[in-house]
Amino acid sequence: MQSKDSNTTVNDTVAVGSHSVKGFKGLDWRDYIVYLAFIGVIIYFSVTLHDQGFVSTDNLLNIIRQTAMISLMGLAMTFVISTGEIDLSVGSIAALSSLTAALTLQAGYGMMGGVAVGLGTGLLVGLVNGLLVTKLAIPSFLVTLGTMGTVAGLAMWITDTAPVPIVDSTFNFVFGSGDIGPVPILLVWTVAATIIAHILLRKTSFGRQTLATGGNESAARFSGVKTQRIKLLVFLGSGFMAGFAGLLYAGRMHAGRFTFGEGDELSVIAAVILGGTSLFGGVGTVIGTVIGSLMIGTINNGLIIMGLDVSQQMIIKGLIIILAVAFGKKAIKR
Amino acid sequence: MEQPMLAMKNISKAFNGITVLDSVDFSVRKGEVHALMGGNGAGKSTLMKILTGVYTADQGEILIDGKPVVIKNTDDARKNYISMIFQEFSLIPTLTVAQNIFLTREDKTSFGLLNDKECVAKTRNLLKELEVDIDPNELVGNLGVGYWQMTEIAKALSQETKILVMDEPTASLTKKETEILFSFINQLKAKGYAIIYISHRMDEILEICDRITILRDGKHVATEDCKQIDLDMVIQYIVGSGMDKAFEWVEREYDKTASPVLEVKNLNLGSKVQDVNFNLYPGEIVGIAGLMGSGRTETVSAVFGTGPKDSGDIIVNGQKQNIKNASDAVKAGLALIPEDRRVQGLVLEHSVKDNIMLPILSKMQKGLLIDDKKANKVANDFVKKLNIKTDDIYKMTNLLSGGNQQKIVLAKWLANDPAVLMLDEPTIGVDIGAKTEIVDVIRELADSGKAILVISSELPELLALSDRVLVMHEGRIIKELQRREINTEEELQHAIQGF
Repeated sequence: MQSKDSNTTVNDTVAVGSHSVKGFKGLDWRDYIVYLAFIGVIIYFSVTLHDQGFVSTDNLLNIIRQTAMISLMGLAMTFVISTGEIDLSVGSIAALSSLTAALTLQAGYGMMGGVAVGLGTGLLVGLVNGLLVTKLAIPSFLVTLGTMGTVAGLAMWITDTAPVPIVDSTFNFVFGSGDIGPVPILLVWTVAATIIAHILLRKTSFGRQTLATGGNESAARFSGVKTQRIKLLVFLGSGFMAGFAGLLYAGRMHAGRFTFGEGDELSVIAAVILGGTSLFGGVGTVIGTVIGSLMIGTINNGLIIMGLDVSQQMIIKGLIIILAVAFGKKAIKR
Repeated sequence: MEQPMLAMKNISKAFNGITVLDSVDFSVRKGEVHALMGGNGAGKSTLMKILTGVYTADQGEILIDGKPVVIKNTDDARKNYISMIFQEFSLIPTLTVAQNIFLTREDKTSFGLLNDKECVAKTRNLLKELEVDIDPNELVGNLGVGYWQMTEIAKALSQETKILVMDEPTASLTKKETEILFSFINQLKAKGYAIIYISHRMDEILEICDRITILRDGKHVATEDCKQIDLDMVIQYIVGSGMDKAFEWVEREYDKTASPVLEVKNLNLGSKVQDVNFNLYPGEIVGIAGLMGSGRTETVSAVFGTGPKDSGDIIVNGQKQNIKNASDAVKAGLALIPEDRRVQGLVLEHSVKDNIMLPILSKMQKGLLIDDKKANKVANDFVKKLNIKTDDIYKMTNLLSGGNQQKIVLAKWLANDPAVLMLDEPTIGVDIGAKTEIVDVIRELADSGKAILVISSELPELLALSDRVLVMHEGRIIKELQRREINTEEELQHAIQGF
């Protein structure tokens, strides 16, 4: 029987990292590839870019600000991918939400109105995605490929590509521009959402059933999991968080704009997969996703400081992602 | 007469006007293991799906402890203390044992969060009570198949259960695991569970079950006490007529002076295959016996090029072959029908015809295109020859029964006219009717001059087929027996255990 490990030590803290609940002897470094890679990247830039100010507090906080939206969308995407589905529409939703929120604010419905409409926009698209996937049984890749285009089009059409300025300073403070003491408000949002998402995935029935749905959908159904409802919920969650990211873009830039979030879906998915969540579903890690997102942000930041141009940045970023996933290959296999 | 714990009375069910169950009566007593048997399509699974709420009956009633109950969905079944252990497992490989057992029924902390510690503790107790040695924190995906089964049963028993349905529970278990399962079933019996045991394996049923009910074509044929029934009677009931000689050995005539068609020399693969040598002669059926993990599967996959080998020569018709993959092997004239036909043998979403054509597409070409007429003819010929039960050659293979799927796998490889045919567990999960047909087909193929190598864990089948038996143990061939020298199944069983 290959199955029985003699070591039955249980390491509860491992739950942070991934699906693995083995004793220390059974620890597989590949489960932690993203953490190792992240530390490696930080050390590399700290040494080579020390004089250009990579390690300065300002720069590090800047990385946090730049990655907040990817991290937040990544949290919800972790749930989507854990069920074995995918959501390509998040970047477009962020753009549309930034605009609907800005328009509502401009029309004088106040901050609460703007927030409600921005988040509502996200929820609505998420609902459409979820219903198409569950009721019509269309693969989520196709459904969200469709909504990605449609929503991006709507975002351009709604103001005829014109940006909508936001003058509500409270809104701008709370959703992106503000600092509480030395702490950027975007960091507060990221940390709060990460804690909630982590608990949701690891400690609630919803999270457990999300992982079960992705692990083996028919088995989950036989066990009494309402898999269609779970899928609908993860798409709602993804739409909601994309709407929230739209608010943060708007608050940070003091405007709504159709270009916000452009191409974010790829960074978000890359962050989630880098973090160790399985593209086939069943295995998901919230902390990994945030680290994955931070790593992509750090690489971006470091390469800019190094003075590389956009094309070089893209090449290097792509290679690092492939390498990291290849080394951590076990994690994406069943 | 003691009142049965479960009584299904006068159950009928039809799909699209076709009667699948016709006024079937079925009852199980407390503390009884009751076997449910019948060929594919006999209605066993439909009957059990009605019991577990997957389907509802068109007619008839279900009584538990004498009281009528209504079972409209799986929740109703649960409420009436009915649990089923599915043939296709209902476990999530990416969750732990404890997480699986308590999925959707987890303990909660006072904040409404999952209380995994409590679930783990409960699981530990449950497993201890069941005397199963599994770590509740192990991922199910890391467990061996035997332990999946135990986990599955533990899951069923973690909820209050009175009636437990097991569908082919030993299909993927080794002898040892089966023994563990049986002692486990005996425990459950003593505790007063009513167990419905669906299986194709007669010897197991006679060993573990108290009574047996046999269905045929949706009708109840017989319910008998296991002590008063024997194999021949059961086969008689299942097939209806004239198949009782199916598993009798027939001494076959073939040219024993011919030169070997396949020679395997000094085959090695780590500790899994050690110094394996054997020859196959045209027209001969050779069986490989051995426990699971004895190196049988590794040996044939190494010969066929689908598995690794460290060293060794494969010689076909006197020519040394350099086989690096399946396509080399096919060119050399070998064919392998793998163990898991669903995964390795068939493209289930494709039609009967497409599956048969797959290895011989190049022979069906006319210019650049496939010659459809020729392809249809070849496919139809095989369907007829192997008696494959399908509406037509365009039917998707996943709609066919296991036995018929296996026949398509056979057809697929025969289409290429190989000199050597290797079969790994050819009749696993196949009903007795299809089994005897497959046995007949294999004999016919050997008679037509092909050399055949059969791996099987079912010794009666191996004994029925083989002219010669190679016994493998821990990677080596420890014995080579002429079929004539083997008098009983027990003798072979002893050899396999390594004595």
